[in-house]
Amino acid sequence: MDNLLQIGNGQVIERSRIPRVDFPSFLGLLTDFVHANGYIVQFFAYPAGEQTRLLAVFRNSNLFVLETEVDEAFPSLTLSGGAKFNLFEREIAEQHGLRPLGHPWLKMVRYHANAAGRPDVFGNDYRIDIPGNYDYFRVEGEAIHEVGVGPVHAGIIEPGHFRFQCAGEEVLHLEIQLGYQHRGVERLLTSVPQHRLPIIAEAIAGDTAIGHNLCCCQAIEALAGLAVAPGASTVRTIALELERIANHIGDLGALSGDVAFNPPAAYFGRIRGEFLNLLLTLCGNRFGKSLIRPGGVAQTMDGEQRQIICAKLKELRKEIVQVCDLLFSAHTVLARFESTGAVSRKIADQLGMVGYCGRASGLEYDVREFFPTERYAELPANTNRVTNGDVYSRAMVRREEIMHSLGLIDRLLALPEAPYSRAPMGEQPLAPASFVVTLNEGWRGEVSHCLLTDDNGGILRYKVKDPSFHNWTGLAMALRNQEISDFPLCNKSFNLSYCGFDL
Amino acid sequence: MESVVSFGLALLLAPLFPGVILKTKALFAGKQGPPLLIKYFTLIKLLRKGSVYSASTTFVFRLGPLISCAAAIMALLFFPFAGTAPLIAFHGDVIMVFYLLGLGRFFTIVAALDTASPFEGMGAAREAFFSTLAEAAIFVVLILFFRMNGALSLAAYFSGSQPISIIGSQGALLLLVIVALFMILLTENSRVPVDDPATHLELTMIHEVMILDHSGPDLALIELGAFYKLFFYASFIACLIKPPPLADPVANTLLFYGVIMLLYMVVGVVESIMARLKMDLVPKYILTAFALVFFAVILTLEIV
Repeated sequence: MDNLLQIGNGQVIERSRIPRVDFPSFLGLLTDFVHANGYIVQFFAYPAGEQTRLLAVFRNSNLFVLETEVDEAFPSLTLSGGAKFNLFEREIAEQHGLRPLGHPWLKMVRYHANAAGRPDVFGNDYRIDIPGNYDYFRVEGEAIHEVGVGPVHAGIIEPGHFRFQCAGEEVLHLEIQLGYQHRGVERLLTSVPQHRLPIIAEAIAGDTAIGHNLCCCQAIEALAGLAVAPGASTVRTIALELERIANHIGDLGALSGDVAFNPPAAYFGRIRGEFLNLLLTLCGNRFGKSLIRPGGVAQTMDGEQRQIICAKLKELRKEIVQVCDLLFSAHTVLARFESTGAVSRKIADQLGMVGYCGRASGLEYDVREFFPTERYAELPANTNRVTNGDVYSRAMVRREEIMHSLGLIDRLLALPEAPYSRAPMGEQPLAPASFVVTLNEGWRGEVSHCLLTDDNGGILRYKVKDPSFHNWTGLAMALRNQEISDFPLCNKSFNLSYCGFDL
Repeated sequence: MESVVSFGLALLLAPLFPGVILKTKALFAGKQGPPLLIKYFTLIKLLRKGSVYSASTTFVFRLGPLISCAAAIMALLFFPFAGTAPLIAFHGDVIMVFYLLGLGRFFTIVAALDTASPFEGMGAAREAFFSTLAEAAIFVVLILFFRMNGALSLAAYFSGSQPISIIGSQGALLLLVIVALFMILLTENSRVPVDDPATHLELTMIHEVMILDHSGPDLALIELGAFYKLFFYASFIACLIKPPPLADPVANTLLFYGVIMLLYMVVGVVESIMARLKMDLVPKYILTAFALVFFAVILTLEIV
């Protein structure tokens, strides 16, 4: 472990300081690391002159970085290190045309041609629509039937293709194919002027506008050496928590609707709107867009806004408690939630699940506690009591997080007001040849952005990772041996992002 | 004449009551809800549309809606609404009626299978399985009624000289039957806790998923058939719990429809206070209804 460099969340490192090892030691170090309770935060390739390098950011209770050089093919880390590398490695193969040799399930991630102009690893012709040259996993047998759902769904949900291999009502295997919303966010982020970065970051996943934008702005601040006033930091923290509460409440309502228990679905739907309106009070946008900007916030919070939020939270807290009690005390609801779609701690650990999905399975990882940014270091952490990995646990974790977040906002609002001004307009020069990684606990879990600058301070590589990237495989595992009619319920309990994954 | 009017009234009013369910549910959810006449508007909207047919379907697919609606209307022909003599009645007509409803279901299922969609096949399998179980329960009810009344005709059950009613001498037994029939009503008409008529999640549906490919007037026929079927079951229960017939036929009809309205409201309340069952618990639920009526039959056995 000696040649690993420990870094901080949002700490700028000169790229020359990142330890570079040869590939066999890279593979060995990372394999040992993930086997010793380590997880991958970022793992991607970037071009450095003529060469291509692989860079990995990984964590246990600390954050580390390591890189290596690769040729067009390299021995697969998934083979030696396990499923934590699976999607990252497939992404590298797709984005750069590098082949992980011996990868047990080499399949495209988002279905697009690689940027390096190398021959396609998957043998796809990208003029043909999704899914191209790909055979789905099949279970053979007289009694087996296949059900394909999507990418066009009933209702307003994002596109994704789910293919079930079923024996009667029982699901033997679920395969999830995404990529229908690939917009080329990462490439776009390296090509636009700096002032557009936060705007694009806010659009990576519409429901995580604040989470992604916060990562983006923290990274720019680190590279540009901008300081954020404590007051602005408070507003950012409040915004992130409001986003968390709004989404958790919306999801609890949707979970209730999915089991046809209507009253909480209606009440939670309204309460979610109230929280979005609080964001509106804070910044003029219900999803918190254009609030956070490099250097602080675009809108300062005055005493009147404080009062409005304080009063509204007091009123809503009672309602939330009541509706939660209504939902969690209905025995017919509990019968649907309990033992449905369970992901064991072992599986969750193997997959490296994050956020409430991971915590519901007993993985106590919360970026707010492990790598705090903004005001989180001063705030108390949350603990979860129900960690069986089923739909009930995921619902309970959300309930507990809502109550915890309400407490956090109360504390933040009570902090003494120090005057601060709005974030400066204009572009800041970024530190040349540098590296920074930022992590934040978005409402779904660990959101992470990683920036590499070139020798002139331009952005060489911008890597985005939504927590959904870790968790989609968890959903597929949750469905094993479950009833196919429980899929919508399991899916909603995870509520992963399609666009955050597709980028 | 009276029979024709009462049959016509039933045909006309049946689409009103599902609106009552929606209103009740909206009330529980703290919403205003759709207008009471929503189902009429839906039917008019659908009838004015054109139908779209998949190239992979055959005439079987088009036959489904027609036959299921016709079967439901035919079943109503046999029903003595508010104690008025039905248009058709003969010894053994109850068996005919329930198999008419079965015929309608058969063609809905066949039409669903005709689309070759994996969803619809799944829904068809569920519908066939659950209604087979429900049929057993219904026939135990008929056995019980035969023991109580000696008749095998809807007219004889509810409009004869010795109507089966909760206020009769064997009313206590009927409590079990009413509960069981209500459970079967929820099952057969795809209501919560068996099915969720409001869901958009294809994988969880039973009845709705079978009709996904139908559109326009075909869908209107299916909806109409479903309203009549629900109305049939509701009338069946209403006749059991209705107070003794009044002398004035108008007052009598009003009373009958009042009881029906109440029943639909109870359906709305049930849908608001409980979640759906897990799919593998549905057979147990239906068999509970079966056990209840079977118990009632045992109670009618004289101890030797």
